[in-house]
Amino acid sequence: MCLGIPGQIVEILDPADHRATVDVDGVRREVNVGLVMGDAGGIKVGDWVLIHVGFAMTKIDEEEAASTLDFIKQLGSVYDDEIRDFSAEAPL
Amino acid sequence: MKYVDEYRDPAAARTILSHITDLAKGQHFKFMEVCGGHTHTIYKHGIENVLPETVELVHGPGCPVCVIPMGRVDDAIAVAETPGVIFTSFGDMMRVPGGNGNLLEAKARGADVRMVYSPLDALRIAVANPDKQVVFFAVGFETTAPSTAVTVMKAMQKGITNFSLFCNHVTIVPPLKAILDSPDLRLNGFLGPGHVSTVIGNRPYRFVPQKYGLPLVTAGFEPLDILQAILMLLRQIDEGRCEVENQYTRAVPEHGNPRALEVINTVFELRPHFEWRGLGFISQSALKLREAFAPWDAELRFSVPGVRVADPKACQCGEVLKGVIKPWECKVFGTACTPETPIGTCMVSSEGACAAYYNYGRFTKHTTVPVELTGRAKAPQPA
Repeated sequence: MCLGIPGQIVEILDPADHRATVDVDGVRREVNVGLVMGDAGGIKVGDWVLIHVGFAMTKIDEEEAASTLDFIKQLGSVYDDEIRDFSAEAPL
Repeated sequence: MKYVDEYRDPAAARTILSHITDLAKGQHFKFMEVCGGHTHTIYKHGIENVLPETVELVHGPGCPVCVIPMGRVDDAIAVAETPGVIFTSFGDMMRVPGGNGNLLEAKARGADVRMVYSPLDALRIAVANPDKQVVFFAVGFETTAPSTAVTVMKAMQKGITNFSLFCNHVTIVPPLKAILDSPDLRLNGFLGPGHVSTVIGNRPYRFVPQKYGLPLVTAGFEPLDILQAILMLLRQIDEGRCEVENQYTRAVPEHGNPRALEVINTVFELRPHFEWRGLGFISQSALKLREAFAPWDAELRFSVPGVRVADPKACQCGEVLKGVIKPWECKVFGTACTPETPIGTCMVSSEGACAAYYNYGRFTKHTTVPVELTGRAKAPQPA
């Protein structure tokens, strides 16, 4: 939650509604990219972002994404919980 | 320098450690790492064991789940048990004990409590269940507040009126002030939090050097990041400087994320005061919905008891959150209080200091476990 998890933008679903699909360590999910669209270069497929609770919050480079993912994986349960939550469908 | 060989770039670690050892001679330095993520790195990689004895790290209040007081959990349960309510929460909050059990127990008693990954999922639940009132238990520092803000703005734009927010967002700067004003602890500097700073940037920390005369270095999460940030703190002290520096430039822009700060400001205002677990009431330290968003405020929509509940006597989370004691010094750590049956919040959240200690087998000061270091090695940046 407070630690962002890195993901790569794989598809822009709806630029007007800020919806995009990200891939986090092989798991895909829709996230909101509205808070990083104003960053230099905007947001496009292939970009890496730090994701908090379904929102991309910071653009990072690929190397930093790999290092942050390594770090979170080492935390064991933190990573497991994050991926479990990330991959869960909204309980409608 | 035991264990350093296991660092991916042991040469870099040795270089930084020898500089640290040189600069830390003859004086005891106590630095607080504010962020729970840093606490994990420190224990996972045995950083305390490779540092000279004159450099001590203490853990700060940077775990958003850990700082929620018991009374607010009871308030959440009261709302969750209101007929016709679907109560949504991050998984981390489900097991946090209030004075009256936790949300999982409320669910077992029949309340409709659902775990969500994102506040947007809670909003989707509201759309799918128009005959129900859907409440989202909003917690977190500035890392999650922008997401909640955007969600409430969407609820307003789309006219979704059966959604509301039980808002417990807190801000990172006021507890640092509270810790600095506390007579319990004498610090020599801070390791500034990583991901919160990606949102707020480095400017909000300027009061630390300006008002309290202490250095602060925003740090990344790799072991070498932590070591390098400690060296940057010691260098400042050695050179008579005192400023906010950024070790984590890879992810932290100087001005943070302006769009995220803007949506926080659009939707929220500061509460006059808010209770923090262990730290007590801190003025202007938490967020509430602005008047314009009052229809989405669960505290106005539902009857909330608002009763202050004292922490269990045995629980010393407060002292842990203030860095006054280490987790293993708490009377119930690892005995009555474990991740399976937590008494205090610091053991519940995987980001909490007690959970970090427990998971890495650090039950006493001298318990050490050999560790392996993975992660991207980084070139050293000695002076």
